[in-house]
Amino acid sequence: MTETAPPPIVTVSNLIKQFGRFAALRGVTAEFSAGKLYAILGDNGAGKTTLLRTLAGLNRPSNGEITILGASKFHDICHEIGYMAHPSLLYDEMSGMENLEYFARLYGIAGNSRCAEVIRAVGLDPDLVRPVGQYSQGMRQRMSLARTLLNDPKILLLDEPFSNVDLHSANEMVRLLARARDNGKTIFIVTHQAPLLEDAADEFIWMEFGKIVERTRGLSRGPEK
Amino acid sequence: MSAPGAITRVTLLKDLRLEWRSKDAINSMLFFSLLVVVVFSFSFDPSAEESRQIAGGLIWVAFLFAAVVALNQTWAREIRNQVLDAYRVSPAPANSLFIAKTLGNFIFVTVLEALMTPLFIVFYRLRSIGPVWQLLLVAMVGTWALVVNGTFFAAMSLRTRSREIMLPLLLFPISIPALLAMVQATTSILSGEGARFWIVLLVTYDLVFTTVCLLLFESVLNAE
Repeated sequence: MTETAPPPIVTVSNLIKQFGRFAALRGVTAEFSAGKLYAILGDNGAGKTTLLRTLAGLNRPSNGEITILGASKFHDICHEIGYMAHPSLLYDEMSGMENLEYFARLYGIAGNSRCAEVIRAVGLDPDLVRPVGQYSQGMRQRMSLARTLLNDPKILLLDEPFSNVDLHSANEMVRLLARARDNGKTIFIVTHQAPLLEDAADEFIWMEFGKIVERTRGLSRGPEK
Repeated sequence: MSAPGAITRVTLLKDLRLEWRSKDAINSMLFFSLLVVVVFSFSFDPSAEESRQIAGGLIWVAFLFAAVVALNQTWAREIRNQVLDAYRVSPAPANSLFIAKTLGNFIFVTVLEALMTPLFIVFYRLRSIGPVWQLLLVAMVGTWALVVNGTFFAAMSLRTRSREIMLPLLLFPISIPALLAMVQATTSILSGEGARFWIVLLVTYDLVFTTVCLLLFESVLNAE
């Protein structure tokens, strides 16, 4: 009996994104399976963040098509997506808990037990009353990850989650994300710290000049084409 | 997903909390309005009748300029740390955000008006001949006219490089009919003349622009 591959959770077809005359994505075509952790790598300007923002519905494709969980309209699946950007996406004047309580209401999550749960999951204290503006960069990144996990999304889109995070905390974040992947989440991580994901990532997606140029199982790439 | 009304409420409460902690908008507005009152009171020495004729213009121009400060602040905190993106990726409707922001600005400007009006009365020795409740009505519909367009155009100029300059450039021309109606209505009531026409004009203006803003806000929010 032959094993049939599960249908892709994300399909990108000839995706082009232009900002004025500059094409940040130049015909990206790819399929991504559920329950995998993808590390998206490439130099600055390769189109990694643009690809992530387009998947998150924050950039409209100039051309091409994206299908996520079988839907092509972002609004239909936005509750299944968690997006973490390079900035924290948190209000500096409010505590972590206050921030998460607000975002929880946007997803229709009542009470604050889920907020406390995700704050603990990223290794922070839900009772911390300090405003986020007074957090260290590492704490802010972790709180930002907690916000991303809040609505228990099937797909996580994470842009540079380990930047300015110390090695120990970054490794803890990787372990947390690997556990999430094992629980069926599909995770896309844009990073310049690829070695952190060497053991955890299922696939490395290499981007250059707005295109996916290679997909590898490990960190080493094949001979340059 | 929460009902749009519930999202509007939590967003409004969040904005009030942020303003209570930072006091960015209210302090700048108060300082600006206070300057206008004091400077103009030294510049003119009007009689009681002259005061009634010029007060409408003075008050509303001061509030219009002061409101611009609050309007810029209200979106500035959404683009700091790109928090607006967190709202955009959520299933929350765009118009809930717009209504919450407009209501927040309405509250800030109303607080400003409540604090500054007694000063205007003292400095310009104002005494209304017409009914005061009509002045309150004009203040309410006039303030709404300022903040509904102001909130919309502030969101529109959010991604422009010089948004502090862009907002007045967009807002002032479109506010001229409302400003004219506010000034004329206030002057008429203070002088004991009928202001019915101007109040109806203001209410119509509010209805038209609130509807247009609600229809267009989602496109503005998701513009790149």
